[in-house]
Amino acid sequence: MSEIAVSALNGEEASGLVTLREMGLQGMVTLRADLSKAASAVKKVTGAAMPDRRAISAGKAASVAWMSPDEVMILCDHARADAIVAELAEALTGQHHLAVNVSDARAMFSLSGEAGVLKDVLAKITPADMAALGPGEMRRTRLQQAAGAIWLESETEARVICFRSVARYVFDLLAISARDGGAVGYH
Amino acid sequence: MSTRLADGGRLIDRTRKVEFTFNGKRFSGHPGDTLASALMANGQRIVGRSFKYHRPRGIVASGAEEPNALVNLGQGARHEPNQRATTTELFDGLAASSQNHWPSLEWDIGEVNAAIARFLPAGFYYKTFIHPRAFWKHVFEPFIRQSAGLGKAPDPKHTDPDRYEQFYVHVDLVVAGGGIAGLQAALEAGRAGARVLVCEQTAHWGGRAPVDGVEIDGKPAGDWIAAAVSELEAMENVHLRPRTMVAGVYDHGYVLAYERVSDHAPQDGVPRHRLWRIRTGQVISAIGAIERPLSFAGNDKPGVMLASAVRDYLVEYGVSPGDRTVVVTNNDDAYRTAIAIRRAGLDVPCIVDARPTADGPLPQEARALGIPVKTGTAIAGVKGIRGVVAVQLCKQAGEGAVTEDVICEAVAMSGGWSPAVHLWSHCGGKLTWDEAGAFFRPDPDRPPTNQSGEGFVVCAGASDGALHAGEVIKNASAAVSKALTTLGKKTAGNPPKATAPDEAALAPVWMMPQGAGIKKRAKMWLDFQNDVKVSDVQLAAREGYESVEHTKRYTTLGMATDQGKLSNINGLAILADTLNAPIPQVGTTTFRPPFTPISMGAIAGEARGEVFQPLRRTPLHARHEDAGAEWEPVGQWRRPYCFPKPGESKRDAVNREITATRSSVGLLDASTLGKILVKGPDAGRFMDMLYTNMMSTLKPGRCRYGLMCSENGFLMDDGVVARLDEDTFLCHTTTGGADRIHAHMEDWLQCEWWDWQVYTANVTEQWVQIGVVGPKAREVLASLGGDMDLSKDALPFMAWAEGKLGAFDARVFRISFSGELSFEVAVPASQGLAFWDALMAAGEPHGITPYGTEALHVMRAEKGFIMIGDETDGTVIPQDLGLHWAISKKKDDYLGKRAQERPHMTDPERWQLVGLETLDGSVLPDGAYAIAEGENANGQRNTQGRVTSTYFSPTLGRGIAMGLVLHGPDRMGEVLEFARTARDPDSNLRTVEARIVSPVFYDPDGEKQNV
Repeated sequence: MSEIAVSALNGEEASGLVTLREMGLQGMVTLRADLSKAASAVKKVTGAAMPDRRAISAGKAASVAWMSPDEVMILCDHARADAIVAELAEALTGQHHLAVNVSDARAMFSLSGEAGVLKDVLAKITPADMAALGPGEMRRTRLQQAAGAIWLESETEARVICFRSVARYVFDLLAISARDGGAVGYH
Repeated sequence: MSTRLADGGRLIDRTRKVEFTFNGKRFSGHPGDTLASALMANGQRIVGRSFKYHRPRGIVASGAEEPNALVNLGQGARHEPNQRATTTELFDGLAASSQNHWPSLEWDIGEVNAAIARFLPAGFYYKTFIHPRAFWKHVFEPFIRQSAGLGKAPDPKHTDPDRYEQFYVHVDLVVAGGGIAGLQAALEAGRAGARVLVCEQTAHWGGRAPVDGVEIDGKPAGDWIAAAVSELEAMENVHLRPRTMVAGVYDHGYVLAYERVSDHAPQDGVPRHRLWRIRTGQVISAIGAIERPLSFAGNDKPGVMLASAVRDYLVEYGVSPGDRTVVVTNNDDAYRTAIAIRRAGLDVPCIVDARPTADGPLPQEARALGIPVKTGTAIAGVKGIRGVVAVQLCKQAGEGAVTEDVICEAVAMSGGWSPAVHLWSHCGGKLTWDEAGAFFRPDPDRPPTNQSGEGFVVCAGASDGALHAGEVIKNASAAVSKALTTLGKKTAGNPPKATAPDEAALAPVWMMPQGAGIKKRAKMWLDFQNDVKVSDVQLAAREGYESVEHTKRYTTLGMATDQGKLSNINGLAILADTLNAPIPQVGTTTFRPPFTPISMGAIAGEARGEVFQPLRRTPLHARHEDAGAEWEPVGQWRRPYCFPKPGESKRDAVNREITATRSSVGLLDASTLGKILVKGPDAGRFMDMLYTNMMSTLKPGRCRYGLMCSENGFLMDDGVVARLDEDTFLCHTTTGGADRIHAHMEDWLQCEWWDWQVYTANVTEQWVQIGVVGPKAREVLASLGGDMDLSKDALPFMAWAEGKLGAFDARVFRISFSGELSFEVAVPASQGLAFWDALMAAGEPHGITPYGTEALHVMRAEKGFIMIGDETDGTVIPQDLGLHWAISKKKDDYLGKRAQERPHMTDPERWQLVGLETLDGSVLPDGAYAIAEGENANGQRNTQGRVTSTYFSPTLGRGIAMGLVLHGPDRMGEVLEFARTARDPDSNLRTVEARIVSPVFYDPDGEKQNV
């Protein structure tokens, strides 16, 4: 499939205060269900525990991020998403749920750099409390005028996701915020 | 003449020079100077002209409250008017020019206004509207327009080249103000473990304590300040931010602060300003107090300054206002200025004190230095045309008979101090009048409250009315204790002791002398920038503008760029006196953010150019761009309107696209249309409530066109629903409806039917959806290969199927918006580009033609299909559009059903959908009304119909239109007259005739889509 499938910005990069990179094809599955009832199915399919509010839990096959009281997002390899949907359908037979492959509906970016600088760059575009954000939490927020979500893979690496249609806007926003000369020195 | 002294100047670096220009002339100053201190050091006495009378203006203040020293800064694309010289840090190469004069600052033709000042009192502008009537438009307005405004507006052809950004933080406490009160509050809060942000608008910490000779714990204030800053810098939980002004306090602890990142050291690529958007638990407003001018005749002449400003220039910048400075006051604090002047080796001919006695420690110290103190004395007038040359003295108790002249170059005036209560007031904090101090102070019982009803702003120090140094730190300690208690934290207290000489009471002096006649009162300035005098406020009161808000607007007092900082209190005191009312009864006008002006750039932040707004692009955007698309905004999406070939007009492109599609095959990017999954045991029941149609009977593998109405019965969206399986529906919505309809669904599921088992998911962006449309459509798709049977039997009209088309994962819907053989193919968005390319290649032998939204619109109109937003406008119901077939009679209920039973909805007089064909084949004007006999109660011609969609149809070779007409379907063949608009090229013909016809102009039996 690789010749005919491309991500929103095809791995585009920019550098400045931090390094920005569009992360290519990523797998995402939206699961809506009674989260406590679906926990064992999710564990079976992903290896990850059902996350608490705003948490991301990691498993062997995928990570699971809490999106709302009745929704999680499963992050996996792009090629595995359909299979995960099918396995969930199997494991949740008889349980009211909705699982759908949404891998192509979003764009994902990585930002890497010094911990404080990384948070400063992000704090230019999200009203979420960056000082309080630590690894293991997915924060749904807005990125200036677009909806998005942020989490920290580590203190020095962040991930940002947004809808595919605004990938160019969000990439440009991140690149502008990271442009040299704009250090804030806050976080 | 003002001048630089040989030594002194805490803030300047005398070892280095900085070069700048003012009105093209070259001057020099020192690092640490403001433009104001440097201009004064160079003897520049006149720095601008006042707004109305064009009177020469000199520097009055030393900080952001400055009303006069407004300059143009920068040139070309960086030109910015109305910059305050007092807050402009000097840098090498700074270029400034004065404002509001022609031909020059020194010789200004606008001075003629001052000569006819008698005819230009407050409110004159409003009177030009009254009489003579005609003069307003042709005589007064052009002249006033020409002379309006202070600075020169930036040239519209320039774009601001500087970089701006915003920054979001969450803290427990914002401390506004870096003087000793703010520093003490920050120390205690920091030690208590709170997250603290301290904002100081200047580049320096400590405020005016060092200038005023305050001692803290027995040592000069400067020592304590340095230690405090060190301790704060070392605290991880405290962040100090100089050059950052707290601009506004808003609901729920939202605070804006304005950081001037590089105004003092401009550099390409470094942001010029940064807007801090802060969410905080509490705010300490420690922004000090603002000194009041005294209202005496001639108080606006260059050389008359605030007493505190005079000593600021002396101590901070080593600049003298003049060899001889008369100090005029109603309080003890101004004596500090006289003492500082003498200590600098300059002359104070006398101190003019309006009070009957002045025996406090400071007046005693002044006398000990040999300065004559004249109590019970006032200034009757100021001599000098371009600036002060002398003052005339009189008795304060009298009406101004001159007792003596005193030669001087400067006058240092003080009418007392007003606590700066702006940040307290922005979000609803109320004030109380302090009779003894003659000022408004924050009323601690009526603070601005947050979402929990708790006060969230506490004032500290002079801002709270604690004007004396000895009270300031104590007050700040109590304030931060209160703020932190609300946050659930405790401060340790134990503040240091600040000492300063005691001060006797001030005497309120709102006019000097107290019995001055009209001639003097017409020369007592309240608002230096807008030229409002004591006589103007009294005139406003006499003309009936008794409310302080009315007086403000009528006289323009406080409406200039300084937002009334020096004029507010003096003005309302005059008003109170004229109305014979106590000052607290008159009250203040509303304090509104920003505290001082902030740049538009900071408010816009990064949002300009490419990131002005989040344009939504489909995955095929680049292909459309390369194909020369003319773009149309559809919400934030950009969709191709048409694809003109080089040299082709838009109209010709649209016609070509339609003809090519109907005769062979066309390609449409339909990716923007909403796609919403609805799944669950109750999905069918839910769908039946949302749509007018019976959706639960739709079989897996089939599609049904559905209508969605609001609860009020109005048609709000339409689209094709596909049944994916027993439990799952896929709803298509209009482009603009995707997010809205998803929200509508979730609203009903979460708030009303929360026990129904239904989940929804908005999957609009997961798939690229392409319409392959026209007689050759099946051939083109089949030529891709794959495993799908696209024949008429396997995939009939209104069915769907999935499988492989070539290498692509496809879901194919046989639906048609054009009336042609039509397949809408959905592939995962990541495959969209490659799929489009494959279709273009496969369709090449058939002349496959990408088409845009306009061709789409025309083709559906040729078939009489409605368009949400054209045939609907929020007042139209399906029954108006002949869509009775889509409304299920079998359902007990659906959203809108009951609403559609109301008398207004079942009224047979409601206009109904028809087609319209002009008799001459022309295109009817959009939105045109069909006229009827007679006039309505408003004297407007009666109407009987309107055009909802109108196009040129290349298929039929004539104009076609759809419209809503009274009894339309019963009047087939009748001719109506439609009114032309003034913009119509044939408007002189008044009306155009059109016949009522069926809205299905083309292929009425629907044969073409059913092959």
